[in-house]
Amino acid sequence: MENSIVECRNLTKVFPGCVALSSVNLSIPKGQIVGLLGPNGSGKSTMIKLINGLLTPTSGEVTIKGMKPGVETKKIVSYLPERTYLNDWMSVQNLIDYFGDFYANFRKEKAYDMLQRLHINPNDRLKTMSKGTKEKVQLILVMSREAELYVLDEPIGGVDPAARDYILDTIISNYTENATLLISTHLITDVEKILDGVIFINKGNIVLTSTVDAIREKENKSVDTLFREVFKC
Amino acid sequence: MPWDLKSDRPIYAQLIEQIQLMIVSGVYPAGGKLPSVRDMAAEAAVNPNTMQRALSQLETEGLLFSQRTSGRYVTEDVEKIMQIKNSLALEVIHEFLSKMNQLGYDTQQTYSLLNHMLKEDEELGEQHC
Repeated sequence: MENSIVECRNLTKVFPGCVALSSVNLSIPKGQIVGLLGPNGSGKSTMIKLINGLLTPTSGEVTIKGMKPGVETKKIVSYLPERTYLNDWMSVQNLIDYFGDFYANFRKEKAYDMLQRLHINPNDRLKTMSKGTKEKVQLILVMSREAELYVLDEPIGGVDPAARDYILDTIISNYTENATLLISTHLITDVEKILDGVIFINKGNIVLTSTVDAIREKENKSVDTLFREVFKC
Repeated sequence: MPWDLKSDRPIYAQLIEQIQLMIVSGVYPAGGKLPSVRDMAAEAAVNPNTMQRALSQLETEGLLFSQRTSGRYVTEDVEKIMQIKNSLALEVIHEFLSKMNQLGYDTQQTYSLLNHMLKEDEELGEQHC
């Protein structure tokens, strides 16, 4: 489709003894902020890893702008993994240079600007930082790229509520009009105001795709409340 | 004015109400320029697409207008703003009356209670002077 950036067709991923994704069909439209929501072990990270080419599908396919995950898609996808992969002996400044060398669309001035606003010293080494500060640095690196698709796996899990607001604000004001954002999170209340649409996923199946306002209109309840009902234990 | 968004109603509908309120209360005066969609979205901490949707709706209603190159403005039609103000006021009154009704007051009783209260306030005011 012309207007979608990510397309999944019968996307299936099977691990030994477990079906992580079961024949998922999905298209994520351009220019939107989409929440990928589901309980633990529902397949969120598997889906994200497939989009980023860190896993290969058992069957079916996923395409980004019509391309299978590879060198070309990595140029236009900015990915925040759930775990740090950065060398923790590096200073923030080192990391910025590193990212600058790696990605043609990385904007150093943007990164320094965000660091300053979050009061992070570029000379600090990653290993001296708290978990939350590390997460902020990673998110800054990811958002400083002018990508077409940002994929954020649990971006605000470890940061305090005040910084969360700042980070969401950063996300809103830093992604360009045509860019798409896919955010996976459990902290629905915090993000639902900035989402266009949501995807509910459970046990490897898509249970619901909708816009936030359509959910509120139809159900008269927040996405968070609906989530709690749908996934009641 | 801080943006106050409830979690159980559509966001764009709430944005429309709050922008209307800001216009009738003069935060955004008639003929005045609005901040950019992006700035307004960041301020309200909502998705820019949602803010865009609310602003387009207000444009369709004629309360805002766009100038292709320079941005979005509040209508210069003061009459129109007054109309919206009146309809918002009527809504508040309806809500008040229905709450009084729940308490067991009919309109006549509410009216005399209101009158009574206003008179007392007036007397108190005079004593202070």
